[in-house]
Amino acid sequence: MLDDFMTRAGLAGIGTALAAAPLGCFVVWRRMAYFGDATAHAAILGVALSLALSLPVFAGALVVALVMATLITLLSGRGYAMDTLLGVMAHSALAFGLVGVSFLSGVRIDVMAYLFGDILSVSRMDLAVIWGGAALVLGLVAWRWSALLTATLSPDLARAAGIDPRREELVLTLALAIVVAVAIKVVGVLLITALLIIPAATARPLSRTPERMAMVASALGVLAAWAGLRLSYAFDTPTGPTIVCCLAVLFLGSSVATGRRQRGRAGS
Amino acid sequence: MKPLLQTTALSVHYGAAQVLENVDFRIDRGEIVTIVGPNGSGKSTFLRALLGGLVPSSGAVTRAPGLRLGYVPQKLVLDATLPMTVMRFLGLPRRVDAARARDALERAGVAGLGAQQMADLSGGQFQRVLLARALLSEPDLLILDEAAAGLDQPGAAGFYRRIEEVRAVTGCAVLMVSHDLHVVMSASDRVICLNGHICCEGTPEVVAEAPVYRALFGEGTQGTLALYRHHHDHAHDHDHGHDHDHNHKEPAA
Repeated sequence: MLDDFMTRAGLAGIGTALAAAPLGCFVVWRRMAYFGDATAHAAILGVALSLALSLPVFAGALVVALVMATLITLLSGRGYAMDTLLGVMAHSALAFGLVGVSFLSGVRIDVMAYLFGDILSVSRMDLAVIWGGAALVLGLVAWRWSALLTATLSPDLARAAGIDPRREELVLTLALAIVVAVAIKVVGVLLITALLIIPAATARPLSRTPERMAMVASALGVLAAWAGLRLSYAFDTPTGPTIVCCLAVLFLGSSVATGRRQRGRAGS
Repeated sequence: MKPLLQTTALSVHYGAAQVLENVDFRIDRGEIVTIVGPNGSGKSTFLRALLGGLVPSSGAVTRAPGLRLGYVPQKLVLDATLPMTVMRFLGLPRRVDAARARDALERAGVAGLGAQQMADLSGGQFQRVLLARALLSEPDLLILDEAAAGLDQPGAAGFYRRIEEVRAVTGCAVLMVSHDLHVVMSASDRVICLNGHICCEGTPEVVAEAPVYRALFGEGTQGTLALYRHHHDHAHDHDHGHDHDHNHKEPAA
C-alpha cells in the first residue's frame, strides 16, 4: 500500500496536521505565532548545514529549530521588543540558510522543495520520521496538557499549583521544533505556521472548551491535508500551498458562519 | 508551632531599584493576615516571591513541607482565543468530579454557573469562581491578591465574609493583600503595613492607631476610605544603618 506515492503523501500530510493542530492551539492562545514563524525560518539554516555535513535533513532542521527557539526564549525581555527580536532572528537565519545552500556546489539542491515542501516525494523513511515525530509531539502535549493549560492561563496560578511555568514553556518549545522539522517535507518552512495557526483559529468559534478546540482543529487539519492533496493532483498545483489554501477556505467559512450567527442573535 | 510560610530578611531588587528590604514575615495555621500598603509598596512583589515567581536578591522563603497553596489573583485575563467553561476552569490543573465542583461554586456563592463561558461572567462572579477554584485544592494557605479590588462595597464585604466562613469551615490560613481597609481589617487577626519594608504590624486596632500607618494612609481616620486621600511622603530609597527618614505628616488636628 505504501508503494503508491499518493498514499505516502496523504499519510505524511495527515500525520503532520495531527501533530500541528493541538500544538497550534497553544501557539494561538499564547500569541506565539511569530515565534513559530521564526523557528520555522531558522530551519532552512538547518537544512543547509545537514546537506553540507551529509546528515539527515530532519536532524539538522530539528537541532537548528531547537537552538533558535531556546535562543529566543533566553533573549526575550532583554531590551528588545519580542517582535523586533523575532524579526531579526527569523530573517537572518533564513538569509544565512539560503546563502549557505548556495555554497553547496557539489549537490544540486532544489531550494524550493524546502521553502514550500515536496510532499509527493515523501519516502517510507520520511514517513516513519514524520509519524514518529508526530506521535512524540502528541504524546508530549497530551502528557503535559493540564499543566500547559494552567501555565498558559497564568504563570502565577501555575506556580501556586506547583507547576513550573518555565518548564512548560520549554515543553512547548521542544514540541514546536519537532513539528517544524517534521513539516518541512510536507509544506516547507514558509508555510509551517499556517498549519499551526489556521486550524486552531478556525476551530475557535466552534468550541466551548480547550479540549474541543484542539480536537476540532485536528479534524480540520486532517481534512485540509487530504483535500489539498486531492485538489493539487486534480489541478496540478503545488501541494503544500494547496493544503494551506484549503485551510484558509475553511477559516473563511467558519468566520462567515460565526459572524452570520452573531448578527442573527443580535438582530432577534 | 512551625509556620506555614516564612520569609527571613527577604530583599528583592528590580535592576537598581530596591522593592523589598529585609522583610521578616510568618503566617501560622488558621491565621488571617492582611498586608496593606500604598501603590508601589511592593505588595505584589512580595506575593510573587512567596509563590516562587521571582528569585530574591537576598534572604529566604521557607514553606512548610507539603504546603498546599490556593491562589486568587487580582485579575486574570483570558485570551479571547481560549474557550473555557467555568466547570473546565475549576478542573485545572487537576480534574475534579462534577459534584465537588458544584459544591465549591456554591460555597463561593456562585452556584449554577458551571456551564457558562468564563468570558461571559461579571467581575464579581469571576472573582468568586477564582475563589472556588482555589478552594478545590483544599489549601492550607489561601493567598488573595486584591481579590475584591473590582467589586463594589457590598460585593467586597460579601466576598470577605465568604473568606471568613471558609477559614471557619476548613481551618486554612489566609493571606490577603488589600485596599479595602476597613472591611479587611475587621476580618483580620493581624495586619502588616508594608512600604518596601514592614512599617508596622499587629492586631487591626494596633495598626490603625500606629503613627506610621496613619502617616501612610491619612490623618485622623478609622481606616475607612483612608487610601483615597492619603499623604504619602515616605522617603524610600534611603540607605540603611541610620534611622528611617520617614517624613511623616503630623496627623491633622
